[in-house]
Amino acid sequence: MTFLSFLISGLSLGSVYAIIALGYTMVYGIAKMLNFAHGDVIMVGAYVCFFATTRWDLPPTVGVLLAMVVCTVLGVLIERLAYKPLRSASSLAVIITAIGVSYFLQNAAQLLWTSNPKVFTSVVGNSLIKLFDGRLTISVIAIITITACIVIMAALTWFTGKTKMGKAMRACSEDKGAAQLMGIDVNFTISVTFAIGSALAAIAGVLLCSAYPTLMPTTGAMPGIKAFTAAVFGGIGSIPGAMIGGLLLGIIEIFGKGYISTQLSDAIVFAVLIITLLVKPAGLLGKQTTEKV
Amino acid sequence: MLKVNDINVFYGAIHAIKGVSFQVNKGEIVTLIGANGAGKSTVLKTISGLLRTKTGGINFLEENITSTAPHKIVERGLAHVPEGRRIFLQMTVQENLEMGAYTCPSGGVEAELEKVYAQFPRLMERRRQVAGTLSGGEQQMLAIGRSLMSHPKLLMLDEPSMGLAPILVEQIFSIIQEMNKAGTTILLVEQNAQMALSIADRAYVLETGAISISGTGKELSESDEIRKAYLGG
Repeated sequence: MTFLSFLISGLSLGSVYAIIALGYTMVYGIAKMLNFAHGDVIMVGAYVCFFATTRWDLPPTVGVLLAMVVCTVLGVLIERLAYKPLRSASSLAVIITAIGVSYFLQNAAQLLWTSNPKVFTSVVGNSLIKLFDGRLTISVIAIITITACIVIMAALTWFTGKTKMGKAMRACSEDKGAAQLMGIDVNFTISVTFAIGSALAAIAGVLLCSAYPTLMPTTGAMPGIKAFTAAVFGGIGSIPGAMIGGLLLGIIEIFGKGYISTQLSDAIVFAVLIITLLVKPAGLLGKQTTEKV
Repeated sequence: MLKVNDINVFYGAIHAIKGVSFQVNKGEIVTLIGANGAGKSTVLKTISGLLRTKTGGINFLEENITSTAPHKIVERGLAHVPEGRRIFLQMTVQENLEMGAYTCPSGGVEAELEKVYAQFPRLMERRRQVAGTLSGGEQQMLAIGRSLMSHPKLLMLDEPSMGLAPILVEQIFSIIQEMNKAGTTILLVEQNAQMALSIADRAYVLETGAISISGTGKELSESDEIRKAYLGG
């Protein structure tokens, strides 16, 4: 039973990582940049939902939607103001800018909302489901998180595979010049990608804080890095890769905590990453394309 | 239809195109020939908006497109098949074609697909295949088919014969002539000067960033100068 219970918490934590990793991987796929501020967008989303539900007494669904709207606008603004002017700059300049934006968001949050931790109230309450005569308890939020992850994954697969905008995104990620010659507005496509990634970050923020209710300006930093790891683990640029990477990372982390050592769990996670990359440098589902020239 | 007026294009400090002017009239096949590095592709990229000129201007269908965004230029009916084909290798053949019709209302895409498949039955057979697995000739057909999806009024082709076996080159050139007969104006950039001149109404020779000679296709293929420089004796 403990195994099953660990597996469910692992899947739930992994689902949060996967949702965040999707944002990393989509932005990398299109803009070929690592948006290190992505983790901090999660934190902003969680704060917005926190204020909406606890201070202004809005229903949880409204809180989540409001968080998604704010994060979408924030993500698009960050791209326009900080990254777009660097479109043709060296990738090093872009990475440093992304780190700068990350610290900017953390410090702005500290200024606005102080560094005192807030206690996030779960958007679905803290109800538990007891199974097998109470030997296995599952929190409702875990089930919702896993479901959300599956729904998001299915929706994104449909979006990139079947819609005109989604196909345009794939075209841009492969060859921006050729995409322009097809009549695709590359800047607009990049904005849409940031919008989607940031809206997902808001959802991830709410789910994360519903399960781990301490909310601080640095709340998004560690999950952000873990999710980045998950994206690399699964093969950065690949949407199913981000999903699998996130889920595996969550499971490894919880099993590491449960069976080996709480203190070592992060070390175990990163050790697995390093070994994976030694064997498969492009990540689990990384594109090793065979291209005819 | 297309008027290029005194364009000067720079790559950083390198002055790549030095005051080039030429024009393409409706219904023509015009070719731009020249050696490697003469600036042929740069001229096409400047027309389609991927590069910018410092001086002069470009007019397409009586409208100034000198500083129009590339995706807006496509909407006006100017398609560009870039050098090296640049098809989307990880997308299927059909998805590539759909991207070609990106600027068109989605209602008409099916009909366009059918037309392109009728013209290139090979692409029909492979429509669900990922484009990266096609042969070089098939990839070139896909690149041309993709550009036809948007119903261009003017089609610019950059080295469509590159890397293809002679029989395929002939096939591609007869396709170009067919498209022209069907009403598409063509601007063709080629290193294969002989082939290009044989189908062109008019031709311009580009030498280190400037136009050195111009005339009808026939005139140029008979000129001694051109023979020596580009046609091998």
